[in-house]
Amino acid sequence: MSAEFDITETLDVKGASCPMPVVQTKSAIDDLAEGEVLEVLATDPGSMSDIDGWASGTAGVELVDQEEGDDVYKHYVRKTE
Amino acid sequence: MSTDTPDAPADDAPSRAELAARVDELEDALAEATSDDDGKKMSIIATKGTLDMAYPPLILASTAAAFGYDVTVFHTFWGLDILHEERSKNLKLSSVGNPNMPVPNAVAALPGMDRVTTKMMEKKIADNDTATIEELIETSLDMGVEFQACQMTIDLMDYDEDDFYDGVTTGVGAATALQDMADADIQLLV
Repeated sequence: MSAEFDITETLDVKGASCPMPVVQTKSAIDDLAEGEVLEVLATDPGSMSDIDGWASGTAGVELVDQEEGDDVYKHYVRKTE
Repeated sequence: MSTDTPDAPADDAPSRAELAARVDELEDALAEATSDDDGKKMSIIATKGTLDMAYPPLILASTAAAFGYDVTVFHTFWGLDILHEERSKNLKLSSVGNPNMPVPNAVAALPGMDRVTTKMMEKKIADNDTATIEELIETSLDMGVEFQACQMTIDLMDYDEDDFYDGVTTGVGAATALQDMADADIQLLV
């Protein structure tokens, strides 16, 4: 998956484990406007599946990309409404 | 105007416009009934107050709130200690009766062993940056989770309404919990 998008905000949840990456992503996305993209930086390997699952089960958000780096998992979530 | 059938419709048969209106009405009702992101609810009953058993209801409650669920957690019996501001910071882990713990039951039953196993778990929680019970409660409250303290247990344990975190609902009983469960899409007993 690759997409063209501008990052509006970055949320650093490195070190935090379940359920905090998802919970803090939700709080951060609430502060964005429609169409804006949140970058989430996490070290929790479970965040790959959890943020994907959260985004598909939640109205008003869309997962635009995920990257698995060496130590950091990057997630890009767009607010759609 | 001619009709498709040789027999003219009876006088009391619904007109095409009436039928179309009825179809619209049913489509709206169906959309409302099948819409899955509108007003989702989760109801959890938390009955356990050991350190390990305090986590699942709080993790699920905060995560469901992140999904947009309307969440209530009804705390009864030892589960009430999770909402007790002082006791929640001091929840214990017992290795007795848990064969997965690294201590044999005969040793685990010795005086002071619960304190040792609890310290071990608290250290793991701190080292792993796992959220504390207090953090999970504050986060859940911020996200709109409703924590309910069973009134019967408050009286039974001789607790005071002021003993609980700010924002905890008191003065509720089984009927309130049952009503929440009846309305909920997900019901869990922990």
